[in-house]
Amino acid sequence: MKTCLVVDDSRVIRKVARRIVEDLGFEVAEAADGMEALAWCHAAMPDAVLLDWHMPMMGGIEFLRRLRLEPGGANPKVIFCSVENDLERIREALDCGADEYIMKPFDGEIVAEKFALAGVA
Amino acid sequence: MTPREREFVARLCAERAGLRVDPHKAYLIDSRLAPVARREGFSSISELVQALKERQEESQVWAAVEAMTLPDTAFFRDPEVFEQLWSDLVPALARRASGSPVRIWSAGCASGQEVYSLAMRLEEAAPTNVRVELFASDLSDRLLEKAQSGLYSQFEVQRGLSARRLVRHFEKRDEMFLLSRQVRQHVRWRRVNLIEDVSRLGRFDIVLCRHVLSSLTAPARARAMEGLVGALQPGGVLVLDRQVSEAAAMGLTPVAGLPGGYGLEAAERVAA
Repeated sequence: MKTCLVVDDSRVIRKVARRIVEDLGFEVAEAADGMEALAWCHAAMPDAVLLDWHMPMMGGIEFLRRLRLEPGGANPKVIFCSVENDLERIREALDCGADEYIMKPFDGEIVAEKFALAGVA
Repeated sequence: MTPREREFVARLCAERAGLRVDPHKAYLIDSRLAPVARREGFSSISELVQALKERQEESQVWAAVEAMTLPDTAFFRDPEVFEQLWSDLVPALARRASGSPVRIWSAGCASGQEVYSLAMRLEEAAPTNVRVELFASDLSDRLLEKAQSGLYSQFEVQRGLSARRLVRHFEKRDEMFLLSRQVRQHVRWRRVNLIEDVSRLGRFDIVLCRHVLSSLTAPARARAMEGLVGALQPGGVLVLDRQVSEAAAMGLTPVAGLPGGYGLEAAERVAA
């Protein structure tokens, strides 16, 4: 079974996202910020990461930069999921190594399509 | 609205545009017509229907009929169709056309996502030595207007569009996303009722008509199919929904490797 790490500081968003991603056939783990997410990745590199931008401790961009430097850290497909909807911000995320980008609010259909576009459906 | 009024609206839609509207779907009809009644200055849908019956004013009739179309579209819908069109079919058609442009028609284009997907492809990697002309038509003036504006909501740009393409081809306008002029300029638009004579549009190498036929009544569907097939250049390809029951009866053969693709000749022709 493919694995997906859902990283968001909102418990509500994590819960909603978890249900959607589980429906796509993933086993889901959750992290509340970038630090926690990196710890998860050290333990077991996931196939996909659904990643919020603004979080306490360590935000999404910082996490992504560090993840890509980890052994095996180039493999996970990283899909940002943020309220940031300026194209400059989205470009920045892609340039940092994100595979796809979801602007909040999202629904199951958008998540499914973005996972497919990222090649991890 | 009374059941009788809904029946009137359903009949009007069938007569004018061949639209299949179920008069029993009260909520659907009411929710679609309420904004039309408001825009046209009536205090209720019943008043609008009364005016439609008595005056038959064309602009009002079409405002009502157009409102009953149910556009359902997304960018790069069925990605493999676009892949196949672009990597195999367009170059093959171009070789055969020897110099003349490859003409593509998006019939029933709604708010333009399908034809703009082709235009984006064209902008990203125009096939060498090939001119591609993109045409798009819809019954609805309102949808055509929206399509031509190139403005899409955040929700719409997340349906089928990759983030790379979003940042490449769009710019932000307040809370909307505007498709670049370079992409928009590839497309020519026209209002076309598919149950009327479409021969004035000329012939096309590729005609796309997806998620449209299923909303038509049986006779309208037959007429539309006739028009679409008649609009094909010899050797052209018609791209429909995946399951089109009457295709075989009309002498259409599936095109290998192209979901929903039909040609008038042997199937191997294009795939080869």
